[in-house]
Amino acid sequence: MPRTLHEVVFVDGVRTPFGKAGDKGMYAQTRADDLVIACIRELLRRNPDLPPERIGEVAVAATTQIGDQGLTLGRLASLLSGIPNTTPGYSIDRMCAGALTAVTTAAGSIAFGAIDVAIAGGVEHMGRHPMGEGTDPNPRIIAEKLVDPSALVMGSTAENLHDRYPTLTKERSDRFAVASQRKLAQAYERGDVQPDLVPVATRNAEKGWGLATVDEPPRPGVTMDDLATLRTPFRPHGRVTAGNSAGLNDGATACLLASQEAATELGLPVKMRLVNFAFVGVEPEVMGYGPVPAAEKALAQAGLTIDDIGIFELNEAFAVQVLSFLEHFGIPDDDPRVNPYGGAIAIGHPLASSGVRLMTQLAREFEQQPDVRYGMTAMCIGIGMGAAVIWENPHHKDYEESK
Amino acid sequence: MTATPDTAQDFTALFPDEVVTQTLVQDVALPQGQGTMALITLDNGFDHTKPNTFGPQTLTALGEVVDGLRQRAEAGEITAVGITGKPFIFAVGADLKGVGAVRSHEQAKAISHLGHQVFSSISDLPVPSFAFVNGAAMGGGVEIGLACTYRTISSSVPAIALPECFLGLVPGWGGCWLLPNLVGVQKAVKVIIENPLAQNTMLKGPQAFELGMYDAMFDGADFLVESIRWAASVLAGETTVERTPVDRDEQSWDGVLAMAKKGVDMRTGGYAPAPYRAIELLRAARTVSRDEGFAAEDDALADLMMGDELRAGLYAFDLVQRRAKRPAGEPDKALARPVTKVGIVGAGLMASQLALLFLRRLECPVVMTDLDQGRVDKGVGYVHAEIDKLVAKGRLRQDKANRYKAMMTGSTSKEQMADAEFVIEAVFEELDVKKKVFAEVEAVVGPECVLATNTSSLSITDMAADLEHPERVVGFHFFNPVAVMPLLEIIKGDKTDDATLATAFAVGKKLGKTRVLVKDSPSFIVNRLLGRFMSDMARIVDAGTPVPVADQGFAGVAPMPPFVLMALVGPAIALHNNETLARAFPDRFYVSENLRKVVEAGKPGFYTFDERGRQLVDPEVEALFETPENPEVLTPEQVREKVLSGLAEEAALMLREGVVAAPMDLDLAMITGAGFQFWNGGLTPLLDRSGVSEKVTGSRFLPEGVASVPR
Repeated sequence: MPRTLHEVVFVDGVRTPFGKAGDKGMYAQTRADDLVIACIRELLRRNPDLPPERIGEVAVAATTQIGDQGLTLGRLASLLSGIPNTTPGYSIDRMCAGALTAVTTAAGSIAFGAIDVAIAGGVEHMGRHPMGEGTDPNPRIIAEKLVDPSALVMGSTAENLHDRYPTLTKERSDRFAVASQRKLAQAYERGDVQPDLVPVATRNAEKGWGLATVDEPPRPGVTMDDLATLRTPFRPHGRVTAGNSAGLNDGATACLLASQEAATELGLPVKMRLVNFAFVGVEPEVMGYGPVPAAEKALAQAGLTIDDIGIFELNEAFAVQVLSFLEHFGIPDDDPRVNPYGGAIAIGHPLASSGVRLMTQLAREFEQQPDVRYGMTAMCIGIGMGAAVIWENPHHKDYEESK
Repeated sequence: MTATPDTAQDFTALFPDEVVTQTLVQDVALPQGQGTMALITLDNGFDHTKPNTFGPQTLTALGEVVDGLRQRAEAGEITAVGITGKPFIFAVGADLKGVGAVRSHEQAKAISHLGHQVFSSISDLPVPSFAFVNGAAMGGGVEIGLACTYRTISSSVPAIALPECFLGLVPGWGGCWLLPNLVGVQKAVKVIIENPLAQNTMLKGPQAFELGMYDAMFDGADFLVESIRWAASVLAGETTVERTPVDRDEQSWDGVLAMAKKGVDMRTGGYAPAPYRAIELLRAARTVSRDEGFAAEDDALADLMMGDELRAGLYAFDLVQRRAKRPAGEPDKALARPVTKVGIVGAGLMASQLALLFLRRLECPVVMTDLDQGRVDKGVGYVHAEIDKLVAKGRLRQDKANRYKAMMTGSTSKEQMADAEFVIEAVFEELDVKKKVFAEVEAVVGPECVLATNTSSLSITDMAADLEHPERVVGFHFFNPVAVMPLLEIIKGDKTDDATLATAFAVGKKLGKTRVLVKDSPSFIVNRLLGRFMSDMARIVDAGTPVPVADQGFAGVAPMPPFVLMALVGPAIALHNNETLARAFPDRFYVSENLRKVVEAGKPGFYTFDERGRQLVDPEVEALFETPENPEVLTPEQVREKVLSGLAEEAALMLREGVVAAPMDLDLAMITGAGFQFWNGGLTPLLDRSGVSEKVTGSRFLPEGVASVPR
């Protein structure tokens, strides 16, 4: 029997406002699973034409899969969201690219024809689950020098990138960070961010219930001078600071994916079409470089070049890591195609949730820029990997639905 | 605040241990640009097992917070006020722990007034107020919601109730005026009177929403967020709150209340003041202003708080809530042995009911034995049929039903219970028969298997006497119908050891029963006290007082008139119990020859119904009665005095004999085993407050203030 592959479309995406991790953060006493459940329920509410029983899979990513991020989170979050128990679910971990991998994995199932609608997302409550919680690195890593020990400390890998590319200075990183903060503040002002935020009721035993409606990490108006004073926690006289990196955050995301046929049948909106994706490994000690070979691979598979990409949503784990990508492809640091709403340095980066945030923003940017045909979401991944996903804008004049 | 500082001080003295529910406030940005809502969270800092309550300190602090919010609203800083609870709990009403210490009408009224004042200050805010009822809400917890402009409720709320009449109060922080004016008098009667008097029935979230008590309902998963969004859309004018207009026609309003009064008469015999006060308040609510209505509630609350019926009600509530969970005399729980299989000797109706109860609660194999295969089949068939009924009613899933049926077996051979750890007999009530049964069971079971008897009157010690292991025998006396009546009398024989007793208590707990430890003694607790008053009633009737008059004398004590109850118990069983007790205590217990005649004639009871459905004494029963030469006709009051005196004498003797540890156990047993009333505290508070205790025994059963207003 000849096999038919299916086009995969991004129908809708939402996220919680991101919070600062820690006792004072707005989600300090809010459960991680409740954050992702809030996203899933919002997707169902926003897409009333989708019968919940049509959801073929719920894939939820978390880096630390214990406690309120454990217990096969995808399945339990689905049940707790009120999706019928006939819908299966699973958990995914690929460090920072968890939600991104949830999307590509679910998309693979859709393209293959195993399912036709899926929810994919991610959550990381870094306050409750600090990076590396409960891990037990194999002693061979050090004994056999398989991996540079600095590879396990993400900030050190960023310092390593500065070493490898001396042209990427602290000054450039700080400048990029300031711009990220400014672009986010402007996006908020224009109302570009709010429509895809899910308000979350926050429990706090001391303060009572509250409502999270905006991101907690941003520092609008931060200046170069402010950033110059920050310490460099990963090495003395280093370049990586809390100001030019993403912080430690709590948050969740979710999106709705479908085959083109299912979207048409159910009358679901198409915000993006998946063109191609790639994951590539690099040396773990410079994991931030990962998006470069991933992007090259994805572009090659799609038969496109970097010039075809009109909008980039690059995860800003560290400014230097985005700069290494831009420098490689000859894109100016302040290119308006890059992270138009700002990035993780301003918004925050709750590890496994971030991939879908990039996509949700790209979807809205596509709508605003119908002249752009292709966009890319890309991110670096701990232990030396990179991911890139290429999307096509359905609002573009040359977009063909049947393709 | 009109509560004077003096009164406020009094409150703190009265409620020194108040668990204060904090009024936490956070500002919330409302969607759709609707400004800022000040969101109040009621939270006492404990988890859901210790719910939020309103005591004087809580109310005073809440009042201060609301006052601050009023100022912020006037200053234009906030556009709305929201109130919600801690996870799973909204608020369960007044903290009643301190009521026992309230000594004056003035104090009582000040407490009532404080609640009104604070809740009204929410109603009177210059901005709309919203109650977001996220969890259980009772009493004042419902009333604070009624005080708000709008209300939402979570579909997963397990309990909404105004249970005041159940305890002996009225919803006196606005409920009796606000609820009928919101949902109409018919529905208000259901919530305020009927449900509390029907074993304190509670509403689930969707039912309360259906009644119109709440304006919108949202799922538990994101209840608060959706409620806040809804509030914003109400403020934006996007959502219009529609409520069914209240029918204020005087005739139908008062008609509903006349019906309600009939129902209350039936249930209380006129002896419980609270529901009658509630009816008065509901009647007035149709026409009086809010302030007049609230003032009347203050008066009613204060009067009831200073009445013994409420104090007895709170005492009774404490018994069933606390003492029932920690039974006096229960041995160390660690001594209890596991029970993984149960044997039931006998396959009659009682045995079959027990089998079903053990199956459902212990979820372990149950084997029922009888001498005759036909009886075994009938017993097992009964259990299977009952399981099917539960499935048909949607109360049991098919998988569970299959599981239970597979675990239910029957046999004519006791070998089948060889590996049971707990065997209960429910065979004919005769000592020799039961001894033979236990000897046969002992021959097949292990040495530690508990042998329990459901005897209602025989001696546990005698039953165990000839066994190899008499220490394993324990009395396990259920009340009919087994599935419904909460009481389980656990009887310790002379040789019963602690491991056996602990196992019996553990099994009883799993069965969901209220366990009371009883000394091996004639008829134990409930049957002895019921036997005494039936014996005295029979003596009175035999002496010439007409049956209906005698029945009237006991109104408001037992759940139904004694001679009506007779038909339910069965005259033969009543006679048997009387004979047993008369043998044990011939000086006090009396066997009625008239009753014997009724039994011999095979009459099912004393009453019958005429063609119009009215109850009257069966003429055939009347004809059987021997009329005394010089009939002594008592008034209902004299009957009451006489019967209560008999009960006081019997209760005092039982305590002296050590039948139970304390009067509280007598009351707990009479409430849970005989349906005696909360407003009487079961039995001994009634005997104390009517003066009978002191007259008959020379002293009270309970100190003043325990179940009465301290004088």
